[in-house]
Amino acid sequence: MRLPCPICGERDRREFYYAGHAVALERPGEGAGAKAWDDYVHNRENPCGETRDLWFHESGCGAWLVVTRDTASHAVLSAVLAEEAAR
Amino acid sequence: MRLDGDGLIDRSRPLAFTFDGRQHLGFEGDTLASALMGAGVKVVARSFKYHRPRGVFTAGSEEPNALVTLGHGAGQEPNARATMVELYEGLQAFGQNAWPSVEFDLMAVNDLGAPFLGAGFYYKTFMWPRAFWEKVYEPVIRRAAGLGTLSRKTGPERWERAFAHCDVLVIGAGPSGLMAAMTAAEAGADVILAEEDTRAGGRLNAEVEEVDGQAGHAWAEAMRVRLAAMGNVRVMTRTAVVGGYDQGTYAALERLATEADRALKGCFWRIVAKRSVLAAGAIERPVAFANNDRPGVMMAGALRAYVNRWRVCPGRRVAVFANSDAGHRTARDLKAAGVHVSALIDARADAVCDLDVPFYAGGQVCGTVGRKGVEAVRFRQGDRIEAVQADVLAMSGGWNPSVHLSCHMGGRPVWDEGLAAFLPREGAVPGMRYAGAAMGAFSTRGCLESGAAAGRAVVEDLGLQAVEAPVPGAEDGTYEITPFWHVPGKGRSWLDFQNDVTVKDVTLAAQENFTSVEHMKRYTTQGMAPDQGKNSNVAALAVLADATGRGIAETGTTTFRPPYVPVPIAAMGAGAKGKGFAPERFTTSHAASVARNAPMIEAGLWYRPSYFPKAGETQWRQSCDREVRMVRDHVGICDVSTLGKIDVQGPDAAAFLDFLYTGMMSTLKVGRVRYGLMLRVDGHVMDDGTCARLGDRHFLVSTTTAAAGQVMRHMEFAHQVLRPDLDVRFASVTEQWAQFAVAGPKSRTLLEEVVGQALGNEDWPFMACGDVRTGGIGARLFRISFSGELAYEIAVPSRYGAALFDLLVEKAEAREGGPYGMEALNVMRIEKGFITHAEIHGRTTAFDIGMQGMMSDRKDFIGKAMAARPGLMDEDRAQLVGLKPVGAVKELIAGAHLFAPGAEAVSETDEGYITSVAFSPMLGHVIGLGFLARGRARIGEHVRMVEHLKGSATLCEVVAPGGFDPEGGRMRG
Amino acid sequence: MGELTAQSPMDGMMPTRIGGVALREVDLGALTLVMPYRGADDALSGALEAGHGLRWPDAGRMTGTTERGVMWFGRTQALLIGVEPGEGLSVHAALVDQSDAWAAVEIEGDRAAEALARLTPVDLRTGVFGVGHTARTEVAHMAASLTRTGEATFLLMVFRAFSRTLVHELGTALEGVAVRAAR
Repeated sequence: MRLPCPICGERDRREFYYAGHAVALERPGEGAGAKAWDDYVHNRENPCGETRDLWFHESGCGAWLVVTRDTASHAVLSAVLAEEAAR
Repeated sequence: MRLDGDGLIDRSRPLAFTFDGRQHLGFEGDTLASALMGAGVKVVARSFKYHRPRGVFTAGSEEPNALVTLGHGAGQEPNARATMVELYEGLQAFGQNAWPSVEFDLMAVNDLGAPFLGAGFYYKTFMWPRAFWEKVYEPVIRRAAGLGTLSRKTGPERWERAFAHCDVLVIGAGPSGLMAAMTAAEAGADVILAEEDTRAGGRLNAEVEEVDGQAGHAWAEAMRVRLAAMGNVRVMTRTAVVGGYDQGTYAALERLATEADRALKGCFWRIVAKRSVLAAGAIERPVAFANNDRPGVMMAGALRAYVNRWRVCPGRRVAVFANSDAGHRTARDLKAAGVHVSALIDARADAVCDLDVPFYAGGQVCGTVGRKGVEAVRFRQGDRIEAVQADVLAMSGGWNPSVHLSCHMGGRPVWDEGLAAFLPREGAVPGMRYAGAAMGAFSTRGCLESGAAAGRAVVEDLGLQAVEAPVPGAEDGTYEITPFWHVPGKGRSWLDFQNDVTVKDVTLAAQENFTSVEHMKRYTTQGMAPDQGKNSNVAALAVLADATGRGIAETGTTTFRPPYVPVPIAAMGAGAKGKGFAPERFTTSHAASVARNAPMIEAGLWYRPSYFPKAGETQWRQSCDREVRMVRDHVGICDVSTLGKIDVQGPDAAAFLDFLYTGMMSTLKVGRVRYGLMLRVDGHVMDDGTCARLGDRHFLVSTTTAAAGQVMRHMEFAHQVLRPDLDVRFASVTEQWAQFAVAGPKSRTLLEEVVGQALGNEDWPFMACGDVRTGGIGARLFRISFSGELAYEIAVPSRYGAALFDLLVEKAEAREGGPYGMEALNVMRIEKGFITHAEIHGRTTAFDIGMQGMMSDRKDFIGKAMAARPGLMDEDRAQLVGLKPVGAVKELIAGAHLFAPGAEAVSETDEGYITSVAFSPMLGHVIGLGFLARGRARIGEHVRMVEHLKGSATLCEVVAPGGFDPEGGRMRG
Repeated sequence: MGELTAQSPMDGMMPTRIGGVALREVDLGALTLVMPYRGADDALSGALEAGHGLRWPDAGRMTGTTERGVMWFGRTQALLIGVEPGEGLSVHAALVDQSDAWAAVEIEGDRAAEALARLTPVDLRTGVFGVGHTARTEVAHMAASLTRTGEATFLLMVFRAFSRTLVHELGTALEGVAVRAAR
């Protein structure tokens, strides 16, 4: 598997650390209720098809990425810096 | 026997080798199979289940029969396909799955039991008593049925792993692959051409054929030379592409097997290609008829390869049986080589023959006669059954394109009625094109054309311009075939030679309702083991289709999975033995510790000293107890460089740390250190450590050794994903600084000597930090303690680490002190009730470890909301406590569980568990830390520790964690 | 009290040549990780030019030389090599001394890339990874920095504590390449 790091270009999967669905970008506010936090921390879709997840280019440039890929075809559709996606 | 003529062997270079101890001669260019054939060896193996004698069946990597063991002793290699083993001087090969030898195998009695040994026999017969399966049946069956064996010793052979990158990977260097590679290379693409054979050419090496007016093999060799001379082409012979993976990653196995290369067995390649061309050719398929497995029966295309390329023939009189023009071509080549053709039997009723051989149109071979080899062939023509004398029967049931790699990403092949074969599905692998016989182009001209077309297509995909070049002239015959899978009749007809699966087994599977092809495969074992059904899959599913009344397309194929050919685990794990298993991370004091005979233990990738044995100490406990007393009475030195150190700077550094830690760091004064906890987002403790404020906008965070990487990743996440608004920068400085704990009542005077300044409580109070100088070098000093003693940690740039360690130890030894290791460090922290990852193991909260007070309510921090969930703050939760034995048994065991004294020790009554245990030389007894339900309210109560594995039980008193110097006066002293 | 003696990361462990490829431990002198603060990229770049005559590198590139240069070192950071950073820089960037954190080895020879292909997944073809290109990657499971400093010359850096493993892994890779070269 190869991922297109926006900074380093396409790199081997072994340089990356996988961290689950990109829902982790949307941290609830301090006062959000238990359900919002449950959804944020625990509840995940398991889509057949397009999904967005977080990868850390740990052995590369150190950027957190939001990768859009297809769980059925394994196609990697895009990768953007999480820093920019989070803004 | 060896025929006259040139072939592609070098008769001036004879090579001596042995098979089952008997010496033979072959030639440079031979495979083991061709050399054995040349030497007249017919029986080379015994079959998997029935121990039937077997001969060489093919000339390629699909070989189901001729599996041999190479070499002996530690490095012996089982299940080598003789057809793929390059002959070299001194090669030693052995038959396998036979006793005493493949010529005379006592286990052949299995064959007499054949009527009972059909599909599912083991499952049906060895069902009960159940306990017999593991102890009796399986060992016996395993011994009688099987392949070669491993030596069970560490192999001395060396393999490599490597990466390669290219624009275009061409898989197979037959006529199609060569054309594709040349077309892509001339357009300027970086090309890797991978070929599993020792030479390029594919079928051109096996056939008598011309390309571009010269012998096919000569044209192929000229193409290879031209390609290899181009700067942008890498020709990799002896390299089988074995798997296709996501985003154009391919795995390939390269075998270096000639005499000179034996120091290195080969290389497992990971090839990354933007585009690929599958030009893997096709595999000829056998026909099932009674006793079609006798030595002497072989594939017609393979026989042509042996005759034309290696100038050998396994017999003197050959009968040929085919359902296409392959039969005529075979008979022609045999006659040209001076071999007698006793019959040409063509299953097509309308076939004609212009060769001077006995010809039988519309004939079907219905059996062979013989003992350890074919002696005669029986065939039916109309109503008549005839027999001809022959010691070789060459057969062809048509060709199956090698679609395997097109299916590795889930694509299924497509059935083509006209070719009676499966073809690769368009677009099954992103970026992959197909060429030649692999896509059903069976004439040489067709291969050359489709290779060139595939080459053009991939370079155009890459935005390059293909150079127009004429396709060389070559044979351009048509491929007309009557699908033909098996000849009905009495006697066993083999489909899968490697697994001893017959037509009857497959029909039996269908009768017993294993009608899905996947179920049939698992019930009969057809298509398993090294060859993965390369010869047998299509015929087997044709028989299954027949038995179930469905078409072949509807029946479908089993799933093609990597690897295409067997890959030794040793190749995939190349280099990962001994020192290569994992990187080793050494502190600057490593050599000094080893010189003092300290046993080194792993902490992640780091190595740290366990203890420093002194003369007369025979057990680790003696050294450990001494080191604890040494620190508590005098002074000890410990390398703590392995702890993570992260330098944090910027205008928002303090705000960022407030967000990371449960406690406030923004209120920390410059020159002070504070203990901190970091939580995971789910509210559980992730790590603990210290945070030192070096300047207004400058902090130094420490992590545990174990969690250093995790904390760094977490901080990057917190910054890039959660708080990109904060202007803060940080970097690991773990490797920059060598850091040593100097602990014990004499640590102050020792360090005052080292840094040349006063370190009393007025200048360096508990939890102070700052810059100092030692030996002319800038250093950092922290007054922190993990031992509970008056203690400091001093850090210098790593290049001075070794020198500083030596200096500190020397000065400690002058004060009755010395170095101490992980064991003493652990005892002292348990004596103090300090936690490590034994306690913050991922399922405990700040509340559980008694640090709920460190969770600030004046700010948000990671994990705050989730840590506040009622279930995580429940008084019934297991809470950190200390434990000491109070009964006759004095043993505490980490991992043991805790129960009320009278309760039965079962999971329902479980009240907690022990995490850390040590013998405390200061308290004089064993102490433990653990988690106990409502533990903080139960100080003074008794609980029973039970460890079921060892059968131990100990009555304990619940005490506060950290029984030694509970007020902490020593540490602040 | 006397001076403390400095020890280089490899401390003589690295052989000088294996099968036609030359190896040399390199003392890069002062190494400073430079991490510009938010919005300070241009100001930092200017200060670097004015103070040291060095250009801030693009991602994956190195400016200057290994004696005196700036090596891209990851997201929002670069390594200042061989130069003590001037006061002006710290206004615009966090500066972190890394002079002792890395072991550096220069690998030179026609088969250097072939040996490195046994250790790293990075594409080292000259058309892709030319002179002056640099990558943060993994070398034999170790976090590493790899730079092509010449047609057949690479600078490879790993954490100081991994020095001994790097010697082992490079040795193994180079011996394999040497066996093939001898064929």
